[in-house]
Amino acid sequence: MNQHKQKGIMRILEPVGRNLGLTLFAMFALFPLIWMVICAFKSDAQMYNTVFRFTPTLENFRAVLIGSDYFRAFFQNLLVAGGAVIVTVIAGVPCAYALARYNFRKKEDVAFQILSFKFAPEIMVILPIFLIFQKIGIYDTYLGLIWVYQLITMPLLIWVVRGYFEDISVEVEQAAQLDGYTWYEVFFKTLIPLIKPGLVASALLAFIFAWNSFTFPLILSGSKIQTITITALRYIASDTVHYGQVAVASTIAVLPEVIVALFIQKHLVRGLSFGAVKG
Amino acid sequence: MFGSKKNNEEINYNEIPAHIRRRPYYIIAPGLVILIGIMIPFITAIFLSFTNYSFRLPKWSFVGLRNWINMFTSKEFYHALSVTLRYGIFATAAEMLLGTGVALLLKKDTKYSRILKVLFTFPLMVAPAVAVLIWQLMTSNTVGVLEKVLNLIGVYNFPWAASHSTAMFTAIVIDAWVNTSFVILLVLAGIQSLPKSPFEAAAVDGASAWFTFKTLTFPMLKPFMYIALLFRLMAALQEFGIIYALTKGGPGDTLMNISLTGYINGFTYQKLASALPFLLVLWLLINKTAKFLVKRQRHLANQAAGK
Repeated sequence: MNQHKQKGIMRILEPVGRNLGLTLFAMFALFPLIWMVICAFKSDAQMYNTVFRFTPTLENFRAVLIGSDYFRAFFQNLLVAGGAVIVTVIAGVPCAYALARYNFRKKEDVAFQILSFKFAPEIMVILPIFLIFQKIGIYDTYLGLIWVYQLITMPLLIWVVRGYFEDISVEVEQAAQLDGYTWYEVFFKTLIPLIKPGLVASALLAFIFAWNSFTFPLILSGSKIQTITITALRYIASDTVHYGQVAVASTIAVLPEVIVALFIQKHLVRGLSFGAVKG
Repeated sequence: MFGSKKNNEEINYNEIPAHIRRRPYYIIAPGLVILIGIMIPFITAIFLSFTNYSFRLPKWSFVGLRNWINMFTSKEFYHALSVTLRYGIFATAAEMLLGTGVALLLKKDTKYSRILKVLFTFPLMVAPAVAVLIWQLMTSNTVGVLEKVLNLIGVYNFPWAASHSTAMFTAIVIDAWVNTSFVILLVLAGIQSLPKSPFEAAAVDGASAWFTFKTLTFPMLKPFMYIALLFRLMAALQEFGIIYALTKGGPGDTLMNISLTGYINGFTYQKLASALPFLLVLWLLINKTAKFLVKRQRHLANQAAGK
Protein backbone atom coordinates (compact mmCIF):
# COMPACT_ATOMS: atom_id res chain seq x y z
CA MET A 1 0.00 0.00 0.00
CA ASN A 2 2.74 2.35 1.01
CA GLN A 3 4.69 1.53 -2.10
CA HIS A 4 1.65 2.18 -4.20
CA LYS A 5 1.25 5.61 -2.68
CA GLN A 6 4.91 6.38 -3.34
CA LYS A 7 4.48 5.55 -7.02
CA GLY A 8 1.48 7.87 -7.19
CA ILE A 9 3.49 10.72 -5.76
CA MET A 10 6.32 10.00 -8.19
CA ARG A 11 3.91 10.19 -11.09
CA ILE A 12 3.04 13.74 -10.14
CA LEU A 13 6.51 14.81 -9.06
CA GLU A 14 8.40 13.38 -12.03
CA PRO A 15 7.02 15.71 -14.74
CA VAL A 16 7.16 18.69 -12.38
CA GLY A 17 10.83 18.07 -11.60
CA ARG A 18 11.66 17.36 -15.22
CA ASN A 19 10.02 20.51 -16.55
CA LEU A 20 11.47 22.60 -13.76
CA GLY A 21 14.98 21.38 -14.59
CA LEU A 22 14.44 22.00 -18.29
CA THR A 23 13.06 25.47 -17.67
CA LEU A 24 16.04 26.37 -15.50
CA PHE A 25 18.48 25.30 -18.20
CA ALA A 26 16.37 27.03 -20.85
CA MET A 27 16.76 30.26 -18.90
CA PHE A 28 20.52 29.84 -18.81
CA ALA A 29 20.71 28.95 -22.51
CA LEU A 30 18.21 31.41 -23.93
CA PHE A 31 17.95 34.40 -21.63
CA PRO A 32 21.32 35.90 -22.70
CA LEU A 33 20.05 35.96 -26.29
CA ILE A 34 16.77 37.56 -25.25
CA TRP A 35 18.61 40.11 -23.13
CA MET A 36 20.86 40.89 -26.10
CA VAL A 37 17.83 41.70 -28.26
CA ILE A 38 16.28 43.78 -25.45
CA CYS A 39 19.50 45.78 -25.04
CA ALA A 40 19.68 46.39 -28.78
CA PHE A 41 16.49 48.48 -28.55
CA LYS A 42 17.46 50.49 -25.46
CA SER A 43 18.90 53.99 -25.65
CA ASP A 44 22.10 54.72 -23.73
CA ALA A 45 20.20 56.45 -20.93
CA GLN A 46 17.57 53.72 -20.61
CA MET A 47 20.31 51.14 -20.42
CA TYR A 48 21.21 52.27 -16.91
CA ASN A 49 17.86 52.92 -15.30
CA THR A 50 15.48 50.39 -16.84
CA VAL A 51 15.31 46.61 -16.94
CA PHE A 52 12.34 45.31 -18.91
CA ARG A 53 10.07 48.33 -19.27
CA PHE A 54 11.44 50.92 -21.68
CA THR A 55 10.58 52.73 -24.90
CA PRO A 56 12.29 50.94 -27.79
CA THR A 57 14.52 52.96 -30.09
CA LEU A 58 16.37 52.23 -33.31
CA GLU A 59 19.17 54.63 -32.38
CA ASN A 60 21.71 51.82 -31.86
CA PHE A 61 20.92 50.18 -35.18
CA ARG A 62 21.45 53.51 -36.90
CA ALA A 63 24.79 54.03 -35.15
CA VAL A 64 26.11 50.57 -36.00
CA LEU A 65 24.76 50.09 -39.50
CA ILE A 66 25.17 53.60 -40.90
CA GLY A 67 27.62 55.31 -38.58
CA SER A 68 30.35 52.64 -38.68
CA ASP A 69 31.98 50.11 -40.97
CA TYR A 70 30.17 47.17 -39.40
CA PHE A 71 28.13 46.61 -42.53
CA ARG A 72 31.35 46.33 -44.51
CA ALA A 73 32.71 43.78 -42.05
CA PHE A 74 29.50 41.80 -42.39
CA PHE A 75 29.94 41.52 -46.15
CA GLN A 76 33.65 40.82 -45.96
CA ASN A 77 32.91 38.06 -43.47
CA LEU A 78 30.27 36.69 -45.83
CA LEU A 79 32.75 36.75 -48.70
CA VAL A 80 35.56 35.01 -46.78
CA ALA A 81 33.38 32.37 -45.14
CA GLY A 82 31.34 31.78 -48.30
CA GLY A 83 34.45 31.60 -50.46
CA ALA A 84 36.04 29.14 -48.08
CA VAL A 85 32.98 26.87 -48.20
CA ILE A 86 32.83 26.96 -52.01
CA VAL A 87 36.51 25.96 -52.29
CA THR A 88 35.93 23.23 -49.72
CA VAL A 89 32.94 21.80 -51.55
CA ILE A 90 34.74 21.75 -54.90
CA ALA A 91 37.90 20.11 -53.57
CA GLY A 92 36.45 18.21 -50.63
CA VAL A 93 33.50 16.32 -52.09
CA PRO A 94 35.64 14.29 -54.54
CA CYS A 95 38.05 13.69 -51.67
CA ALA A 96 35.24 12.41 -49.48
CA TYR A 97 34.05 10.17 -52.29
CA ALA A 98 37.50 8.64 -52.78
CA LEU A 99 37.81 7.99 -49.05
CA ALA A 100 34.39 6.36 -48.97
CA ARG A 101 34.58 4.16 -52.06
CA TYR A 102 38.11 3.29 -53.04
CA ASN A 103 40.50 1.07 -51.23
CA PHE A 104 43.92 2.55 -51.66
CA ARG A 105 47.15 2.46 -49.76
CA LYS A 106 47.29 4.55 -46.57
CA LYS A 107 43.62 5.45 -46.93
CA GLU A 108 42.89 5.53 -43.21
CA ASP A 109 46.12 7.42 -42.53
CA VAL A 110 45.10 10.11 -45.00
CA ALA A 111 41.65 10.31 -43.46
CA PHE A 112 43.02 10.66 -39.94
CA GLN A 113 45.59 13.21 -41.07
CA ILE A 114 42.74 15.32 -42.40
CA LEU A 115 40.85 14.94 -39.12
CA SER A 116 43.89 15.83 -37.03
CA PHE A 117 43.76 19.39 -38.37
CA LYS A 118 40.59 19.76 -36.37
CA PHE A 119 42.50 19.02 -33.18
CA ALA A 120 45.62 21.07 -33.88
CA PRO A 121 45.93 24.18 -31.70
CA GLU A 122 44.96 27.10 -33.91
CA ILE A 123 47.57 29.45 -32.50
CA MET A 124 50.37 27.00 -33.15
CA VAL A 125 49.35 26.68 -36.81
CA ILE A 126 48.78 30.37 -37.24
CA LEU A 127 52.12 31.79 -36.05
CA PRO A 128 54.19 30.18 -38.83
CA ILE A 129 51.43 30.84 -41.37
CA PHE A 130 51.64 34.53 -40.46
CA LEU A 131 55.34 34.50 -41.41
CA ILE A 132 54.75 32.62 -44.63
CA PHE A 133 51.83 34.83 -45.63
CA GLN A 134 53.85 38.00 -45.11
CA LYS A 135 56.69 36.58 -47.16
CA ILE A 136 54.58 35.52 -50.13
CA GLY A 137 52.38 38.63 -49.89
CA ILE A 138 48.97 37.15 -49.13
CA TYR A 139 48.67 38.59 -45.61
CA ASP A 140 45.38 40.50 -45.26
CA THR A 141 43.98 39.22 -48.57
CA TYR A 142 40.87 37.19 -49.42
CA LEU A 143 43.03 34.49 -50.97
CA GLY A 144 45.06 34.03 -47.79
CA LEU A 145 42.07 33.93 -45.47
CA ILE A 146 40.05 31.61 -47.70
CA TRP A 147 43.02 29.28 -47.86
CA VAL A 148 43.54 29.15 -44.08
CA TYR A 149 39.83 28.73 -43.49
CA GLN A 150 40.18 25.38 -45.27
CA LEU A 151 41.62 24.15 -41.98
CA ILE A 152 38.21 24.74 -40.43
CA THR A 153 35.89 23.75 -43.25
CA MET A 154 37.70 20.95 -45.11
CA PRO A 155 38.06 18.32 -42.32
CA LEU A 156 34.41 18.81 -41.36
CA LEU A 157 33.08 18.49 -44.88
CA ILE A 158 35.26 15.55 -45.88
CA TRP A 159 34.43 13.48 -42.80
CA VAL A 160 30.71 14.16 -42.81
CA VAL A 161 30.20 13.77 -46.56
CA ARG A 162 32.30 10.61 -46.55
CA GLY A 163 29.69 9.10 -44.23
CA TYR A 164 26.86 10.09 -46.57
CA PHE A 165 28.65 8.44 -49.51
CA GLU A 166 29.17 5.28 -47.45
CA ASP A 167 25.43 5.16 -46.78
CA ILE A 168 24.72 4.73 -50.50
CA SER A 169 25.20 1.13 -51.54
CA VAL A 170 27.73 0.36 -54.27
CA GLU A 171 24.99 -1.37 -56.24
CA VAL A 172 23.38 1.96 -57.07
CA GLU A 173 26.57 3.02 -58.79
CA GLN A 174 27.09 -0.29 -60.51
CA ALA A 175 23.53 -0.33 -61.80
CA ALA A 176 23.97 3.12 -63.31
CA GLN A 177 27.25 2.06 -64.87
CA LEU A 178 25.62 -1.01 -66.39
CA ASP A 179 23.04 1.27 -67.96
CA GLY A 180 25.89 2.85 -69.86
CA TYR A 181 26.56 5.98 -67.86
CA THR A 182 30.18 7.10 -67.62
CA TRP A 183 31.74 7.53 -64.20
CA TYR A 184 31.28 11.31 -64.29
CA GLU A 185 27.62 10.98 -65.19
CA VAL A 186 27.11 8.50 -62.36
CA PHE A 187 28.81 10.84 -59.94
CA PHE A 188 26.94 13.99 -60.88
CA LYS A 189 23.56 12.54 -61.87
CA THR A 190 23.00 9.84 -59.29
CA LEU A 191 25.35 10.27 -56.33
CA ILE A 192 25.29 14.04 -55.84
CA PRO A 193 21.46 14.23 -55.87
CA LEU A 194 21.35 11.39 -53.34
CA ILE A 195 23.67 13.07 -50.84
CA LYS A 196 22.43 16.60 -51.55
CA PRO A 197 20.55 17.22 -48.27
CA GLY A 198 23.53 16.04 -46.23
CA LEU A 199 25.96 17.95 -48.39
CA VAL A 200 24.02 21.19 -48.09
CA ALA A 201 23.73 20.78 -44.32
CA SER A 202 27.45 20.11 -43.84
CA ALA A 203 28.37 23.00 -46.12
CA LEU A 204 26.14 25.30 -44.07
CA LEU A 205 27.66 24.04 -40.82
CA ALA A 206 31.13 24.59 -42.27
CA PHE A 207 29.97 28.08 -43.16
CA ILE A 208 28.98 28.75 -39.56
CA PHE A 209 32.36 27.56 -38.28
CA ALA A 210 34.12 29.77 -40.80
CA TRP A 211 31.83 32.69 -39.98
CA ASN A 212 32.69 32.29 -36.28
CA SER A 213 36.43 31.99 -36.72
CA PHE A 214 38.22 34.42 -34.45
CA THR A 215 41.88 33.41 -34.21
CA PHE A 216 42.59 33.29 -37.94
CA PRO A 217 41.30 36.75 -38.88
CA LEU A 218 42.72 38.23 -35.65
CA ILE A 219 46.23 37.38 -36.79
CA LEU A 220 46.01 37.07 -40.56
CA SER A 221 43.94 40.10 -41.49
CA GLY A 222 44.81 43.73 -41.04
CA SER A 223 43.06 46.90 -42.05
CA LYS A 224 41.86 45.77 -45.47
CA ILE A 225 39.74 42.80 -44.44
CA GLN A 226 37.80 42.91 -41.22
CA THR A 227 35.61 40.06 -40.14
CA ILE A 228 32.61 40.44 -37.94
CA THR A 229 34.06 38.74 -34.85
CA ILE A 230 37.05 41.09 -34.78
CA THR A 231 35.03 44.22 -35.51
CA ALA A 232 32.38 43.37 -32.92
CA LEU A 233 35.02 43.25 -30.18
CA ARG A 234 35.94 46.88 -30.86
CA TYR A 235 32.62 47.98 -29.41
CA ILE A 236 33.61 46.73 -25.97
CA ALA A 237 37.25 47.82 -26.14
CA SER A 238 36.57 51.54 -26.51
CA ASP A 239 36.67 53.83 -23.46
CA THR A 240 33.01 54.71 -23.29
CA VAL A 241 31.21 51.49 -23.94
CA HIS A 242 27.92 51.92 -25.77
CA TYR A 243 26.24 48.76 -24.61
CA GLY A 244 23.35 49.27 -26.99
CA GLN A 245 25.74 49.15 -29.92
CA VAL A 246 27.44 46.06 -28.49
CA ALA A 247 24.01 44.43 -28.42
CA VAL A 248 23.23 45.42 -32.01
CA ALA A 249 26.61 44.18 -33.23
CA SER A 250 26.08 40.84 -31.48
CA THR A 251 22.52 40.50 -32.76
CA ILE A 252 23.66 41.03 -36.35
CA ALA A 253 26.47 38.51 -35.92
CA VAL A 254 24.15 35.87 -34.43
CA LEU A 255 21.13 36.32 -36.70
CA PRO A 256 22.37 34.47 -39.83
CA GLU A 257 23.56 31.60 -37.66
CA VAL A 258 20.26 31.10 -35.90
CA ILE A 259 18.49 31.03 -39.27
CA VAL A 260 20.95 28.47 -40.63
CA ALA A 261 20.62 26.38 -37.45
CA LEU A 262 16.87 26.11 -38.03
CA PHE A 263 17.45 24.79 -41.53
CA ILE A 264 19.96 22.09 -40.65
CA GLN A 265 18.42 20.71 -37.44
CA LYS A 266 18.11 17.18 -38.82
CA HIS A 267 21.77 16.97 -39.81
CA LEU A 268 23.22 18.88 -36.89
CA VAL A 269 24.34 15.98 -34.69
CA ARG A 270 26.00 14.21 -37.57
CA GLY A 271 27.77 17.34 -38.73
CA LEU A 272 28.96 18.49 -35.33
CA SER A 273 30.39 15.08 -34.49
CA PHE A 274 32.16 14.88 -37.87
CA GLY A 275 29.99 11.93 -38.88
CA ALA A 276 30.83 9.90 -35.77
CA VAL A 277 27.24 9.94 -34.50
CA LYS A 278 24.47 9.41 -37.02
CA GLY A 279 21.68 11.24 -35.22
CA MET B 1 47.73 -2.72 -54.56
CA PHE B 2 44.04 -2.01 -55.05
CA GLY B 3 40.92 -3.87 -54.07
CA SER B 4 41.96 -6.43 -51.51
CA LYS B 5 40.50 -9.91 -52.11
CA LYS B 6 39.11 -10.04 -48.60
CA ASN B 7 36.59 -7.39 -49.38
CA ASN B 8 34.09 -8.78 -51.87
CA GLU B 9 32.15 -5.56 -52.19
CA GLU B 10 35.09 -3.70 -53.70
CA ILE B 11 35.57 -3.64 -57.44
CA ASN B 12 38.72 -5.44 -58.54
CA TYR B 13 40.64 -2.55 -60.02
CA ASN B 14 43.41 -4.66 -61.52
CA GLU B 15 41.13 -5.56 -64.41
CA ILE B 16 40.43 -1.94 -65.12
CA PRO B 17 42.50 0.43 -67.31
CA ALA B 18 45.24 2.43 -65.63
CA HIS B 19 43.60 5.83 -65.90
CA ILE B 20 40.62 4.52 -63.99
CA ARG B 21 42.82 2.72 -61.48
CA ARG B 22 44.58 5.97 -60.64
CA ARG B 23 41.30 7.80 -60.28
CA PRO B 24 41.23 7.78 -56.46
CA TYR B 25 44.51 9.67 -56.47
CA TYR B 26 43.30 12.21 -59.03
CA ILE B 27 40.14 13.02 -57.20
CA ILE B 28 41.76 13.22 -53.81
CA ALA B 29 44.58 15.45 -55.09
CA PRO B 30 42.99 18.94 -54.95
CA GLY B 31 41.92 18.47 -51.36
CA LEU B 32 45.28 17.12 -50.32
CA VAL B 33 47.24 19.89 -52.05
CA ILE B 34 45.28 22.52 -50.16
CA LEU B 35 45.79 20.75 -46.85
CA ILE B 36 49.44 19.87 -47.36
CA GLY B 37 50.00 23.55 -48.11
CA ILE B 38 48.87 24.12 -44.56
CA MET B 39 51.05 21.26 -43.23
CA ILE B 40 54.11 23.38 -43.96
CA PRO B 41 53.53 25.51 -40.83
CA PHE B 42 53.97 22.48 -38.57
CA ILE B 43 57.40 21.81 -39.95
CA THR B 44 58.26 25.50 -39.99
CA ALA B 45 57.23 25.76 -36.34
CA ILE B 46 59.49 22.93 -35.24
CA PHE B 47 62.37 24.37 -37.28
CA LEU B 48 61.97 27.92 -35.99
CA SER B 49 61.80 26.80 -32.37
CA PHE B 50 65.54 26.10 -32.62
CA THR B 51 66.34 29.63 -33.83
CA ASN B 52 66.13 33.12 -32.36
CA TYR B 53 63.69 34.32 -35.01
CA SER B 54 61.81 37.51 -34.16
CA PHE B 55 59.84 40.05 -36.16
CA ARG B 56 62.13 42.74 -34.81
CA LEU B 57 65.49 41.26 -35.78
CA PRO B 58 66.55 41.48 -39.42
CA LYS B 59 68.61 38.28 -39.18
CA TRP B 60 68.23 35.05 -37.31
CA SER B 61 70.55 32.22 -36.33
CA PHE B 62 70.38 28.81 -34.73
CA VAL B 63 70.39 28.79 -30.95
CA GLY B 64 70.03 25.06 -30.42
CA LEU B 65 67.84 24.07 -27.50
CA ARG B 66 67.92 27.48 -25.80
CA ASN B 67 64.24 28.28 -26.34
CA TRP B 68 63.24 24.89 -25.03
CA ILE B 69 65.46 25.11 -21.95
CA ASN B 70 64.24 28.65 -21.25
CA MET B 71 60.69 27.42 -21.38
CA PHE B 72 61.14 24.43 -19.09
CA THR B 73 62.98 26.52 -16.50
CA SER B 74 60.45 29.38 -16.51
CA LYS B 75 57.63 29.78 -14.00
CA GLU B 76 55.49 31.14 -16.83
CA PHE B 77 55.35 27.74 -18.50
CA TYR B 78 54.16 25.83 -15.45
CA HIS B 79 51.58 28.49 -14.70
CA ALA B 80 50.31 28.34 -18.28
CA LEU B 81 50.19 24.55 -18.17
CA SER B 82 48.25 24.63 -14.92
CA VAL B 83 45.73 27.17 -16.30
CA THR B 84 45.36 25.12 -19.48
CA LEU B 85 44.64 21.92 -17.56
CA ARG B 86 42.34 23.55 -15.01
CA TYR B 87 40.34 25.38 -17.65
CA GLY B 88 40.20 22.31 -19.89
CA ILE B 89 39.13 19.93 -17.14
CA PHE B 90 36.65 22.18 -15.32
CA ALA B 91 34.99 23.51 -18.47
CA THR B 92 34.68 20.04 -19.97
CA ALA B 93 33.43 18.51 -16.72
CA ALA B 94 30.79 21.22 -16.30
CA GLU B 95 29.59 20.80 -19.87
CA MET B 96 29.53 17.00 -19.68
CA LEU B 97 27.59 16.89 -16.40
CA LEU B 98 25.12 19.60 -17.33
CA GLY B 99 24.73 18.34 -20.90
CA THR B 100 24.13 14.72 -19.90
CA GLY B 101 21.69 15.79 -17.20
CA VAL B 102 19.66 17.96 -19.54
CA ALA B 103 19.73 15.28 -22.26
CA LEU B 104 18.23 12.77 -19.79
CA LEU B 105 15.54 15.30 -18.91
CA LEU B 106 14.79 15.76 -22.62
CA LYS B 107 14.44 12.00 -23.10
CA LYS B 108 10.69 11.98 -22.70
CA ASP B 109 9.12 13.16 -25.95
CA THR B 110 6.76 16.01 -25.09
CA LYS B 111 5.85 19.14 -27.01
CA TYR B 112 7.91 21.24 -24.60
CA SER B 113 11.03 19.10 -25.02
CA ARG B 114 10.69 19.10 -28.80
CA ILE B 115 10.65 22.90 -28.88
CA LEU B 116 13.54 23.15 -26.42
CA LYS B 117 15.68 20.76 -28.45
CA VAL B 118 15.57 23.25 -31.34
CA LEU B 119 16.04 26.34 -29.18
CA PHE B 120 19.03 24.85 -27.34
CA THR B 121 21.01 24.70 -30.58
CA PHE B 122 21.07 28.51 -30.81
CA PRO B 123 23.89 29.25 -28.33
CA LEU B 124 25.96 26.55 -30.02
CA MET B 125 26.03 28.63 -33.18
CA VAL B 126 27.37 31.77 -31.50
CA ALA B 127 31.02 32.69 -32.09
CA PRO B 128 33.14 32.63 -28.90
CA ALA B 129 34.02 36.31 -29.24
CA VAL B 130 30.39 37.28 -29.71
CA ALA B 131 29.37 35.04 -26.79
CA VAL B 132 31.71 37.11 -24.63
CA LEU B 133 30.00 40.32 -25.79
CA ILE B 134 26.59 38.84 -25.00
CA TRP B 135 27.78 37.93 -21.52
CA GLN B 136 29.27 41.37 -20.99
CA LEU B 137 25.73 42.65 -21.42
CA MET B 138 24.58 40.16 -18.79
CA THR B 139 27.33 40.65 -16.22
CA SER B 140 28.11 44.35 -16.46
CA ASN B 141 27.76 45.97 -13.05
CA THR B 142 26.00 48.99 -14.52
CA VAL B 143 23.67 47.65 -17.21
CA GLY B 144 23.74 43.90 -16.58
CA VAL B 145 20.64 42.06 -15.53
CA LEU B 146 22.59 39.61 -13.35
CA GLU B 147 23.76 42.42 -11.09
CA LYS B 148 20.11 43.31 -10.45
CA VAL B 149 19.28 39.68 -9.68
CA LEU B 150 22.25 39.35 -7.32
CA ASN B 151 21.25 42.61 -5.60
CA LEU B 152 18.00 40.89 -4.59
CA ILE B 153 19.95 38.33 -2.56
CA GLY B 154 22.26 40.96 -1.12
CA VAL B 155 25.31 40.55 -3.35
CA TYR B 156 26.63 43.82 -4.74
CA ASN B 157 29.25 44.40 -7.45
CA PHE B 158 30.04 40.75 -8.11
CA PRO B 159 33.40 41.11 -9.90
CA TRP B 160 32.98 38.46 -12.66
CA ALA B 161 35.94 38.65 -15.05
CA ALA B 162 37.61 41.55 -13.23
CA SER B 163 38.78 39.61 -10.20
CA HIS B 164 41.52 37.06 -9.82
CA SER B 165 39.23 34.65 -8.01
CA THR B 166 36.19 34.72 -10.31
CA ALA B 167 37.72 35.21 -13.79
CA MET B 168 38.12 31.48 -14.48
CA PHE B 169 34.56 30.86 -13.30
CA THR B 170 33.24 33.56 -15.63
CA ALA B 171 35.14 32.18 -18.62
CA ILE B 172 33.86 28.68 -17.89
CA VAL B 173 30.26 29.92 -17.59
CA ILE B 174 30.56 31.47 -21.06
CA ASP B 175 32.22 28.33 -22.45
CA ALA B 176 29.45 26.20 -20.95
CA TRP B 177 26.77 28.52 -22.29
CA VAL B 178 28.06 28.01 -25.83
CA ASN B 179 29.01 24.36 -25.71
CA THR B 180 26.72 22.49 -23.31
CA SER B 181 24.24 22.07 -26.15
CA PHE B 182 26.84 20.09 -28.06
CA VAL B 183 26.93 17.50 -25.28
CA ILE B 184 23.12 17.53 -25.07
CA LEU B 185 22.79 16.83 -28.79
CA LEU B 186 25.27 13.95 -28.76
CA VAL B 187 23.90 12.27 -25.64
CA LEU B 188 20.35 12.66 -26.97
CA ALA B 189 21.40 10.97 -30.20
CA GLY B 190 22.75 8.17 -28.01
CA ILE B 191 19.51 7.94 -26.03
CA GLN B 192 17.47 7.73 -29.22
CA SER B 193 19.63 4.87 -30.49
CA LEU B 194 19.09 2.72 -27.37
CA PRO B 195 17.49 -0.66 -28.07
CA LYS B 196 14.12 -1.21 -26.36
CA SER B 197 14.26 -4.89 -25.38
CA PRO B 198 16.84 -4.78 -22.54
CA PHE B 199 14.80 -2.03 -20.86
CA GLU B 200 11.59 -4.02 -21.20
CA ALA B 201 13.34 -7.01 -19.69
CA ALA B 202 14.59 -4.88 -16.79
CA ALA B 203 11.10 -3.50 -16.21
CA VAL B 204 9.63 -7.01 -16.19
CA ASP B 205 12.23 -8.07 -13.63
CA GLY B 206 11.26 -5.07 -11.52
CA ALA B 207 14.64 -3.36 -11.58
CA SER B 208 14.79 0.05 -9.90
CA ALA B 209 15.26 3.17 -12.00
CA TRP B 210 18.76 3.74 -10.60
CA PHE B 211 19.78 0.13 -11.24
CA THR B 212 18.54 0.32 -14.85
CA PHE B 213 20.45 3.55 -15.38
CA LYS B 214 23.65 2.23 -13.82
CA THR B 215 23.76 -1.12 -15.61
CA LEU B 216 21.98 -0.40 -18.90
CA THR B 217 21.56 3.25 -19.89
CA PHE B 218 24.93 4.59 -18.80
CA PRO B 219 27.18 1.88 -20.33
CA MET B 220 25.28 2.15 -23.61
CA LEU B 221 25.56 5.95 -23.63
CA LYS B 222 29.25 5.91 -22.80
CA PRO B 223 30.53 5.72 -26.42
CA PHE B 224 28.47 8.80 -27.26
CA MET B 225 29.69 10.62 -24.19
CA TYR B 226 33.27 9.82 -25.14
CA ILE B 227 32.82 11.49 -28.52
CA ALA B 228 31.41 14.57 -26.80
CA LEU B 229 34.27 14.46 -24.29
CA LEU B 230 36.84 14.15 -27.07
CA PHE B 231 35.56 17.17 -28.98
CA ARG B 232 35.02 19.34 -25.92
CA LEU B 233 38.28 18.55 -24.14
CA MET B 234 40.37 19.12 -27.27
CA ALA B 235 38.74 22.50 -27.79
CA ALA B 236 38.84 23.58 -24.14
CA LEU B 237 42.54 22.75 -23.76
CA GLN B 238 43.36 25.21 -26.54
CA GLU B 239 40.64 27.79 -25.85
CA PHE B 240 41.72 31.16 -27.16
CA GLY B 241 38.73 33.15 -28.41
CA ILE B 242 36.72 33.32 -25.19
CA ILE B 243 39.68 34.13 -22.96
CA TYR B 244 41.19 36.66 -25.36
CA ALA B 245 37.90 38.47 -25.86
CA LEU B 246 37.10 38.40 -22.14
CA THR B 247 40.33 39.59 -20.47
CA LYS B 248 43.26 38.94 -22.85
CA GLY B 249 44.53 36.50 -20.23
CA GLY B 250 44.09 38.80 -17.25
CA PRO B 251 43.54 40.00 -14.63
CA GLY B 252 47.31 39.70 -14.18
CA ASP B 253 48.13 36.27 -15.52
CA THR B 254 45.06 34.49 -14.11
CA LEU B 255 43.78 33.18 -17.42
CA MET B 256 47.08 32.90 -19.32
CA ASN B 257 46.79 29.41 -20.74
CA ILE B 258 49.33 28.06 -23.24
CA SER B 259 47.48 29.44 -26.27
CA LEU B 260 47.35 32.94 -24.77
CA THR B 261 50.97 32.81 -23.57
CA GLY B 262 52.11 31.74 -27.02
CA TYR B 263 50.13 34.51 -28.66
CA ILE B 264 51.31 37.27 -26.29
CA ASN B 265 54.96 36.17 -26.50
CA GLY B 266 54.88 35.67 -30.24
CA PHE B 267 52.91 38.73 -31.26
CA THR B 268 52.75 41.32 -28.51
CA TYR B 269 56.38 40.84 -27.42
CA GLN B 270 57.38 39.72 -30.91
CA LYS B 271 59.54 36.84 -29.70
CA LEU B 272 58.17 34.29 -32.10
CA ALA B 273 60.87 31.65 -31.70
CA SER B 274 60.55 31.53 -27.92
CA ALA B 275 56.76 31.25 -28.14
CA LEU B 276 56.83 28.20 -30.40
CA PRO B 277 58.00 25.60 -27.84
CA PHE B 278 54.95 26.47 -25.71
CA LEU B 279 52.63 25.80 -28.61
CA LEU B 280 54.43 22.63 -29.64
CA VAL B 281 53.95 21.28 -26.11
CA LEU B 282 50.26 22.14 -26.34
CA TRP B 283 50.01 20.38 -29.68
CA LEU B 284 51.66 17.28 -28.23
CA LEU B 285 49.36 17.34 -25.20
CA ILE B 286 46.25 17.60 -27.36
CA ASN B 287 47.42 15.03 -29.86
CA LYS B 288 48.25 12.41 -27.21
CA THR B 289 44.99 13.00 -25.31
CA ALA B 290 42.99 12.73 -28.52
CA LYS B 291 44.67 9.45 -29.50
CA PHE B 292 44.02 7.99 -26.06
CA LEU B 293 40.35 9.02 -26.10
CA VAL B 294 39.78 7.70 -29.61
CA LYS B 295 41.21 4.34 -28.57
CA ARG B 296 39.01 4.18 -25.44
CA GLN B 297 35.96 5.23 -27.43
CA ARG B 298 36.41 2.43 -29.95
CA HIS B 299 36.86 -0.08 -27.14
CA LEU B 300 33.69 1.12 -25.41
CA ALA B 301 31.69 1.19 -28.63
CA ASN B 302 32.63 -2.43 -29.29
CA GLN B 303 31.78 -3.34 -25.73
CA ALA B 304 28.39 -1.63 -25.93
CA ALA B 305 27.71 -3.45 -29.20
CA GLY B 306 28.46 -6.70 -27.37
CA LYS B 307 31.65 -7.57 -29.26
